[in-house]
Amino acid sequence: MFTASDLRKGLKIQIDGEPYIVTEFDFSKPGKGQALYRTKMRNMITGIQFTQTYRSNDKFDRPNLEERNMQFLYAQDNEYHFMDTVSFEQIFLTKEQLGDNLSFLIDNMEVQVLFFGDRPIDVTLPTFVNLEVTVADPRAKGDTSGTDTKPVTVQTGFQLQVPPFVEQGDKIQIDTRTGSYITRVKE
Amino acid sequence: MLTPWGLQQRSNLLQATRSFFIERAYIEVDTPLRLPVLLPESNLIPFTSENWLLHTSPELCMKRLLARGCTQIFQICHCFRKEESGRIHQPEFTMLEWYHAGWNYFDLMQECEALIAALCRIFPQMPGIDCDGKLCWRGCRVALTPPWDRLTVADAFRQHAGVDVDEVLDRGIFDEVLVTEVEPHLGLDRPVFLYDYPVELGSLARCNPKNPQVAERFELYIAGLELANGFSELVDPQEQRHRFSLEIERLQAAGKNAAMPEKFLKDLASVGATAGIALGLDRLFMLLMGSTSLAEAIPFVPDEL
Repeated sequence: MFTASDLRKGLKIQIDGEPYIVTEFDFSKPGKGQALYRTKMRNMITGIQFTQTYRSNDKFDRPNLEERNMQFLYAQDNEYHFMDTVSFEQIFLTKEQLGDNLSFLIDNMEVQVLFFGDRPIDVTLPTFVNLEVTVADPRAKGDTSGTDTKPVTVQTGFQLQVPPFVEQGDKIQIDTRTGSYITRVKE
Repeated sequence: MLTPWGLQQRSNLLQATRSFFIERAYIEVDTPLRLPVLLPESNLIPFTSENWLLHTSPELCMKRLLARGCTQIFQICHCFRKEESGRIHQPEFTMLEWYHAGWNYFDLMQECEALIAALCRIFPQMPGIDCDGKLCWRGCRVALTPPWDRLTVADAFRQHAGVDVDEVLDRGIFDEVLVTEVEPHLGLDRPVFLYDYPVELGSLARCNPKNPQVAERFELYIAGLELANGFSELVDPQEQRHRFSLEIERLQAAGKNAAMPEKFLKDLASVGATAGIALGLDRLFMLLMGSTSLAEAIPFVPDEL
């Protein structure tokens, strides 16, 4: 159980049976008045945001959230199947639930899946992933134009800017939080 | 956290504040921070110290000094309020409080205006003040030349929230409406005194003789920030005892201990018409520094200790 005085940015609470994460928080207390806890929250399942003001005696359940290590197996239609690396249990998430994560997800990748009770609701990818460049323009010989990046496409279809020396078939490391190029990797 | 330069500015502000009051024939007092009983205020939670309490404001002792015959007193002291922590709240903070015998709340509004305008004039180089002498805070540019605006609580609720204050009180959402719909509009171009509060929100303030539904209480707002709270003091011991008993009931309903401050009530009989005001000095300094949080305007925050 949480009380309103526990509220802060990043806290996860349960309201009406659904998990929420506090995205903004402000403590207010008008002179001679009572403490007010003004929060903006995001529903961790639907993504819908809302704002609400609570008083110090308001209470919240702690949501039953658990992160499990899982491996991505395959995609079929709209379903992306994962397997628990400990129990071998298999589950799937939809394309919508994965959202931008799809830009970096490849077969056999180990990820963290967030469960609300029995229900998988979100995925956290490794911070750095190595992906193969599938489309890249060859570096023009004698190009002294000073352009310091060029666009390439990686195996997931994601496009990003990389240094001119990166070529088709190279493996590159990408930061999944920002989608930016880190380095070329040799394997 | 303040740099040595910031601490110098804070020192300047403290000294200039003292000079302002000394020049106006006030005396500085320093009353105990640790007391066996506090004024019962249902929305304040004190820290305990052995079986005594750290004061939440210096009001109790300062009014007892008025009873002793003081007529103009000021104090700069630390106050302690449990569970108050946020961008503009700290559980320990510096308060400036002053009392003037024979005055009412309108007289104090004027002096409060004079104090802040003078401090901003003395320190034009402060980061929160622009070249036109306006106070700049969170996107507002506030002109400080007196006189400032005065707005009743009832008018403010009507103008800014489109609601009747009595209706809001009946529904028990006065604080919520004030904080979310009214305060963000207060004092944006020039400071404003919000005044004449519903009597249940001013347990230490005198009722307005023409309208006993409101207490002669005011709050100063600059750029949406609440900075000071003043009253025409309630000096009738019978009436004060009744108001305290209502506060004690609220505290007991919430499972908290509260006692009647008997020595205070006994002394109150010797206090004549007086006006008093408390100003959050850390908040004023935060404005002058152009800082957006109190933590940036005080020497230490609890996490650093």
